[in-house]
Amino acid sequence: MIVSGAGPVGLTAAIDLAQRGIDVLVLDDDNTVSVGSRAICWAKRALEILDRLGCGDRLVAKGVSWNVGRVFFRDEQVFEFNLMPEPGHRRPAFINLQQYWVEQFLVERLGELPQAELRWQNQVVGVAEEADRVAISVAAPGGEYTLHADWLIVADGARSPIRGMLGLESEGQIFRDRFLIADIHMTSDFPAERWFWFDPPFHRNQSALLHRQADHVWRVDFQLGWDADPDEEKKAERIMPRLRSMLGKDAEFEIEWSSVYTFQCRRMRSFRHGRALFVGDAAHLVSPFGARGANSGIQDVDNLVWKLALVIKQLAPEQLLDTYDAERCPAADENIRNSTRSTDFITPKSKVSRTFRDAVLMLAKRCPFARQMVNSGRLSVPALLCDSPLNTPDVAGEIFSTGMVPGAPAADAPVSGPEGTWFLNHIQNAFTLLVFGDAVSADAVAALARDRLACAVVQVGGSAATTACVIDDTQPLLAKRYDGREGTCYLFRPDQHVCARWRSFELGQVRAAIARAAGHALH
Amino acid sequence: MLNTQPNITPVDDFYQELIDLHRDLSDDQSAVVNAKLILLLANQIGDLHVLREAMRAAREDVDALPESGGRT
Repeated sequence: MIVSGAGPVGLTAAIDLAQRGIDVLVLDDDNTVSVGSRAICWAKRALEILDRLGCGDRLVAKGVSWNVGRVFFRDEQVFEFNLMPEPGHRRPAFINLQQYWVEQFLVERLGELPQAELRWQNQVVGVAEEADRVAISVAAPGGEYTLHADWLIVADGARSPIRGMLGLESEGQIFRDRFLIADIHMTSDFPAERWFWFDPPFHRNQSALLHRQADHVWRVDFQLGWDADPDEEKKAERIMPRLRSMLGKDAEFEIEWSSVYTFQCRRMRSFRHGRALFVGDAAHLVSPFGARGANSGIQDVDNLVWKLALVIKQLAPEQLLDTYDAERCPAADENIRNSTRSTDFITPKSKVSRTFRDAVLMLAKRCPFARQMVNSGRLSVPALLCDSPLNTPDVAGEIFSTGMVPGAPAADAPVSGPEGTWFLNHIQNAFTLLVFGDAVSADAVAALARDRLACAVVQVGGSAATTACVIDDTQPLLAKRYDGREGTCYLFRPDQHVCARWRSFELGQVRAAIARAAGHALH
Repeated sequence: MLNTQPNITPVDDFYQELIDLHRDLSDDQSAVVNAKLILLLANQIGDLHVLREAMRAAREDVDALPESGGRT
């Protein structure tokens, strides 16, 4: 396996592959982790995936947690919101952390895995598909060489050189606007909150954003408009007055990094091209509002890698990889739709659109309904894979009162069990059957563990002796979140998504659902 | 379903007050008032199906109007 690109998405893919026992080589043309903060908001689902990969604790310990956001219009605050997390989840809705820290932690985790290797300054310069493998030409400081791999994961970013080499395109919309983005180091008593301004006195007719990161670094973002000159705006003598007028003339700060960017919303028509599998920005691109770039790339990898591992181990047909495309294209479309809507609110494209935008902001001060309409970014939430062909539909007549439908990512809950105090820790890298009570006999537990497509059983409570992993629903929130009663079973895929559920256990049904989720029922 | 039958009494009072609402406002200011009014009323209605019907009904025939929007 070769992964091209050592950004957060490529590194996540490599860790996941290596954890599944697959040899993986990561190639990157750069010589170190990213310069500048770039992606800063890491959403709950991405953190849960990184927990599975052994990195979540370091990110959360280093990152900044925040709950309060404020929205300003012209010279006053129109409202504030508090995203107090729902209790009983291990991870918050999101944390803020510079991309270079995330990459650093991922590189260190990768280094712990003997099956993984990372080569900096090794640039992929050619890709050719052969009968049952890919030939990859690499330019390295010592000269050019060729590698062969069974599969290639393309995680080489928005401009994706490999996409170009294969003559493929990413199609969509370019937004006619420019933004100045800067990381500043500031030891101030500004609270750890997200502040968003529409048309503020210090930056008339445009928007601005202030957001805290780790190590007293702050993200500042100024909308500049399409006519701004990117080369001029990058100069410190242009940036400093903007920052002074935003932060006050007494604020003490230094600029760490800055950039002027435009953005696009687009995606490739298909994320699989033979033996090349596109993930992250290489496959799809969104505006930064909503933190849907890196977070969706990590979900791509979460979706792809277990499938790839089953195909490589000859436990699943190759068509299983087409479901990566079928499941993640709708997720990309949802991200593009949300991101486009935020962009239209922040950068109205016509006079009437601007009028409605301002009307919403004026009403927001007094009317709660209008606050809901204010769109400075709809923050990333995980995709539901409800239409996936890998799901087993509910049995007719079996009613569940919660949203844990086939296709939903597993909800966490506090429990007490051998893997610790959170439920998600107990779904690790394999098919897992959750059963409430002791409806699964010891023989059935053993049979599922012995199957070629092995399945672990996690049992909630129950009295009989069992070889299943037994957890206690301490609160009891697990039963509430899953509408769990005696005998209720949920089958999770290795990426922690529900793929089937029943009100009673039947070994044949579970095996059929596992086979289906592994692609054996695909045509 | 969108109600297009008479529903406001007395309707002449409403119409008069709607016009009065815009007195002494510039066109741009009026546009803001109209936008706020649409948003407030839309939230009051709440039902997206009804709102869609109303938006369709509002748009009907407008494409056929001269682009200047005014009479010559």
